[in-house]
Order: sequence, then C-alpha cells, then structure tokens
Amino acid sequence: MFKAKVLIKRRPSILDPQGKAVEKGAILLGMNNIRDTRINKYIEFSVDSADKTSAEKEVNEYCSKLLANPIMEDYEFTLEEIK
Amino acid sequence: MKPKVGVVVFPGSNCDHDAYYAFKKLLECETRFLWHKETGLQGSDLIILPGGFSYGDYLRTGAIARFSPIMNSVIDFANKGGYVIGICNGFQILLEAGILPGVMLKNKSLQFVCKDVYLSLANDNTVFTKDISPEKVLKIPVAHGEGNYFADDRTLKTLEENDQIVFRYSSPERIISEIYNPNGSVKNIAGIINKQGNVLGMMPHPERSCDPVLGKTDGQLIFRSIINNIFN
Repeated sequence: MFKAKVLIKRRPSILDPQGKAVEKGAILLGMNNIRDTRINKYIEFSVDSADKTSAEKEVNEYCSKLLANPIMEDYEFTLEEIK
Repeated sequence: MKPKVGVVVFPGSNCDHDAYYAFKKLLECETRFLWHKETGLQGSDLIILPGGFSYGDYLRTGAIARFSPIMNSVIDFANKGGYVIGICNGFQILLEAGILPGVMLKNKSLQFVCKDVYLSLANDNTVFTKDISPEKVLKIPVAHGEGNYFADDRTLKTLEENDQIVFRYSSPERIISEIYNPNGSVKNIAGIINKQGNVLGMMPHPERSCDPVLGKTDGQLIFRSIINNIFN
C-alpha cells in the first residue's frame, strides 16, 4: 500500500482569477509585497499496490485521465509506502 | 420529419426538464430522457447535454460526468457524425471529453452571472444557425460561474481558420467588445462547433428562451435550425 500526494498546478500561461482575487485581499490587509498568488490543488489518496512501479503507473493514469486536465494543468506527486 | 431528441440526465443536471419541455412541448419533437447510467441512445438523432452541476462540479466542471457510462455512447455517436448540443454544463462536459477544444475557467469577475446576454453569429452556415438571419442578434440568458472559455493561441487560430466559432457575446447592435463579455471568455466566445460541424457547445441557455410566456423566444431559432436541417 502506498500513500500518494499529488500537487496539481495550473500552467503559468493560464489565468487564475481566484489567485488574483485572493491577492486583492492581501492588499486590503495592508500586505503590499505579495505577488503572483496562484491557487493550486493538493490531493491525497492511497494506492493498494504491491510495488512502487505499478503504484506510479496507477497514479499517473488517475492524474492524466481525471485529476488534472492536461490542457491547462501540470501535476507532480510523491509516493510513500504505508507500513 | 423531425428528429428524435435525447436529453441526457446526469446527477446534478438541472436544465434537463427545460430542454425536454422546449423540444417536446414547444417544438413537438419526440423527446426522451436518457439516464447517465444507460449505455444506449434509444435511437436519438439529436443529443442534448443539459446545464446544471453534474457531480457537484467537483474537481473541475464536467470532469466526472465525462466518464458516465452514457458518455461513451455520446462520444461514439458524435465521432460518427451524430448531432450533439452541449449547453452550459453540457458544453463543459464536451470540453472535458475532448470533443470540443479548450477549457472553461472561473468567470473573470469570480461571480456567478445570471442575466440575458446578446449573441452575434460568428458562423451562420452551421446546421444550428443556417436558418437564422446573419444580422440577427439573439437574446438568450446565461447562468454560470465558470463560463470563461479559454484556448491557447494555436487552438484559437485553428478555431478561426475552420470557422468553428459560432456565437460571440455582443451588444444588441452587434458590437463585439469586452464590455459585453459576461465572463472574460477569450475573444468573446459564447459557443463553438467541432471541425466536422455536428457538435455545438454554448454557455448561454437557448432552452430558457423558447416559451413565449417568458417573453423571449430566440432560443427557438437555434433549435428550429437544427430540427429543419438535421436530415438534409
């Protein structure tokens, strides 16, 4: 069994209206040094797999087919064996 | 002869009955609902993917609905030239399924926008628009939080070269400008068609602009166009 931690990031070329709006909040707080706020997604799940290679394959499939939209997002992940 | 219309119902669809009512009662087509767990299209000639919040819009709009059992049949049907209209959430599902190019982002204002908008025809020679006068400006409501259509420059170039942009947000006088854009959509795009011309995706809701009781009927023009031309 493996624990997967996936980070999904919108590509830099894709506008992030949420990040922009949140950054306006920073200005309202009087924080004027905040730049380039981007809202990304962090997803955790377990993979019931005996070896790391096949777990990686499953995570890649899950990410590329469903969790991330390859047109606008990139993903990276870590896998840790659950003892 | 009128087409048989199938309206797909996903968990979270909420414009399915409006679409059904428009085709069945107002346009008098044989119309049926198709539950998302079905795999057959029951002989439908035209498939409607209605608006709503399928699967709660979790992850990304349309991302999970795209894997509903019925979508394999819809994708197959579309690839073989079958006619499909995706409205609002239905458009988002078509994008996620890769039947139409591009992605949908949150509205630039971050607000849910629900109001009548004006649409100018960017292509009056599709099966969905050929019965509409090219000068006609359609008054049709939008109701969405994520209608900010985005495609990269290369995709946009292809869309323009192939005349795939069908509707643009405009003024009632057909002026296309950012101030008439309700969601920040690139190039004021409100609706696009696939390269083969049989799949239309649009954010505005023509089914909400069909019944004269509601004071506007421009949505009927799109539906009548496809009904009249589908077998030609």
